[in-house]
Order: sequence, then structure tokens, then C-alpha cells
Amino acid sequence: MTFQVELVSPEAITYSGEAEMVIARTLEGGDIAFQPGHVPFIGVLAVWSVEVIRPDGDRDVFAVHRGFVQVAGTKISVLSDVSEKSSEIDVERAQQAKDNAEQKLSQNDEDIEAVDALARAELRLQVAGV
Amino acid sequence: MAGGKERELRRRIESVQNTKKITRAMELIAATRVVKAQQRAREARPYAEQITTVIENLAAGGAEIDHPLLRQAENVERVGVIVISSDRGLAGPYNSSVIRAAERQVQNARSEGADYSLIVIGKKARDYFAFRNYTVESFTEGISDNPTYEDARRIAETVATLFTDNHIDRVELVYTEFLSIGSQKVATRRFLPLESTETIATEGSGDSKNTDSFEFEPSPEAVLESLLPRYVEARLFGALLESAASEHANRQRAMKSATDNAEDLIVKLDREMNRARQDAITTEIMEIIGGAEALGDDDQREDLVPAGAEN
Repeated sequence: MTFQVELVSPEAITYSGEAEMVIARTLEGGDIAFQPGHVPFIGVLAVWSVEVIRPDGDRDVFAVHRGFVQVAGTKISVLSDVSEKSSEIDVERAQQAKDNAEQKLSQNDEDIEAVDALARAELRLQVAGV
Repeated sequence: MAGGKERELRRRIESVQNTKKITRAMELIAATRVVKAQQRAREARPYAEQITTVIENLAAGGAEIDHPLLRQAENVERVGVIVISSDRGLAGPYNSSVIRAAERQVQNARSEGADYSLIVIGKKARDYFAFRNYTVESFTEGISDNPTYEDARRIAETVATLFTDNHIDRVELVYTEFLSIGSQKVATRRFLPLESTETIATEGSGDSKNTDSFEFEPSPEAVLESLLPRYVEARLFGALLESAASEHANRQRAMKSATDNAEDLIVKLDREMNRARQDAITTEIMEIIGGAEALGDDDQREDLVPAGAEN
């Protein structure tokens, strides 16, 4: 049994397909895996990866920033500002963003934007498998 | 010398033709942009719809909290007006109608005894309000053509901060709704405070018919708290995209009629020029005939004016 997965960003639907299981991490709640038939669920996602395991066994991994997940019936949607597929991440740029953020933090360790940027860059690198 | 008028008209026709080329090019550019902008507006819809669905489900789950974005001020002391205009002109009535609607909101605020804060997007509205000595609280340019979500997020954040800091107590959003390629209209919407979640839910698309109770993580309140700012951003983003599509549609229409007018003008000027040319020739012939007649002799006249050369 599978369900329909949609990754929706404000600009467009970035991914749509069938899946057997979706693994995400919610804010404060830790990792959570959804399989078809999961009770209706709405959660706030941490800046973390979302893994989609397709019926053929392959998995797609996305870096998700500021998102929500909603599971309803046979549909699961992930709403987020940014969702990047592992294969589409620009490693060089992520590395650069990470360096920039670290540099900013070394000057002012209360720079919230830099903390966020660092978390995002680290996630990107991790998802890209560096 | 005869032909002076003709030359002048010829120059004029040339200049109209050049203008026509420009307006025609602008029309074609606007035509492709409007398709793109329309597509972007369409692509952005699922997100806004899904967020509304989540709010619907939250409302059904009984989440009702005291969020700063829901604060209903008892006494409105300052009204924020967001106006979305364009950076460039030549878009027909697009800018003037949206600016007029925004000015009306400012006047409404004043007549209620409240102060106003203008949050202006697009150079045209800024120029208008600055020229009339309105104070412009915040101004953003260079995005109205092709807005990104990041732009919407930044502006929405500015506005939300003004609102949650009690600097403004109500926010109206004035933009141009894109109904279809042939019809756009200025819309004024209450932007903040947000309606209660129930109202958002009943106004929503309502595609969630399931009455199953949802599980929330961390909690319904926490979900709503991080969801509401997203909802505000998505609404502003939607308005920006619709305005962009409307701007291009308006420009296309304006440039099409400018091109048509240029064509009509060219036809008219062409006729006028031909008449002037004919007149000049006739005058010249008359002068020659006159000269020949003055010389007196009938034989000589026939030499000077060959048969059929009246024109």
C-alpha cells in the first residue's frame, strides 16, 4: 500500500509522487515515520531532512527548512519555505554559506540569522552526503 | 519653398513609426510576461490552499489561541496601508487605480481619527505619495515585476512586526486582483489582524471534508503559532503575484492600443502628406503655366507643358 506525497513550496509543488514511507523530524518531537494508514497528523518540522521511500525501494532525501507536515487519509503533504532534493543541492554554495555563517557567528554569537543560516547550510551538506 | 510641409509630415510619420515599433515590442514582451506571471500565480496556489486546509483542520481540532497576529485592537490609532504598484509606467490605468484606492484607505483612516502608515511597494506609488507629502513608512522597489517568496517574507515580516509592536492596529492590503487576462480589478483586503481561525476555515477552499481528529505535534497551539506567520506571508505573496500578472496584462493592453493608434495616425498622416505633395506639384505646375502664359506665345506653352502632366 502506498500513499501520495507532495512537497509544496510557496512558489510551486516541488515534488509529487507515490511513497511507502516518509520519515521526518518534528520540532521537539524527534524523528517520526509515516506509513499509509497513519492517523491524521499535523506537525511542525525541524530544520532537518525528509526522506521519501518510494514503492521501488529507492529513497529521495530532501533538505527542508521551516516546514509543516500534514497527513490526511492517503495523502501526505509537506509545506515548507524551501525543500531541496539531495541531488540538486549545490554543495559548493552550501559550504560557502556555512563558512559565511560561521564567520558571522565568530563576531557575534547572538546573531539569530547567522544561527539559522548555519543550521540550513549544515543540513544541506548533510543531505547532500558530504 | 514648396514641399516644406511634406518634409515635415514625412519626419512626423517616421517618428510615429519608431514609436510604434517600441510599443509593439513592449506589447509582445508584456504578452509573454503575463503568461509567465499567470503561471507563477497558479503554481503558488497549492501552498496557500494547503495552509488554509491546515488551519481548517486546526480549527476543527479546537485550537484557538491568543496569537499576537489575531489581536483585535479596541481603539484603532494607526492604520497600515500596504499598496502594491509597479516600478515602471506605461501600464494604462494600472498604477493610478491602485494608488487611488490606497489614498482612499488613508483618508478613511483619517476620518476615523486614526493616523496612517504607508507600506509602499513599487516606485510609482512612492513617487505619488512622496510628491503629495504623505509619510511613507516602508518602501520596496525592484520586486513588483517578478516577486519572489523571499521578498514577500521580508515585507510580511516588517508589517507583522509593526503590528505586533502595537505600532499599527490594523492593516489594509491594496492590490490588483487578476481575474482573467481581460479583467483585473483593484481589491482592498483586511490584512491584519487575521480573522479568527474559524473564519479563515470557513472562507477556505474547504477541500478537507474529513472530520477525523488530528494529532498535533508539538501541540495545536504551537502549530498554529508557527503557521499563522506563514499564512500572512503566503497571502502577501499571492497578492504580489496577482499584481505582477495584472501589471503585465495592463501593459499589454495599453501598448496594444498605443500600437493601434500609431497605425491609425500613420494612415492619417500619410494621406495628409500625399495631399500636401499633390498640392505642391499642382502649385508648381500652375507657376510654370503662369510663367509660360506670361511669355505670351501659344506655341511655346505647348512645349513647356506636355499633355497629361496636370499632376
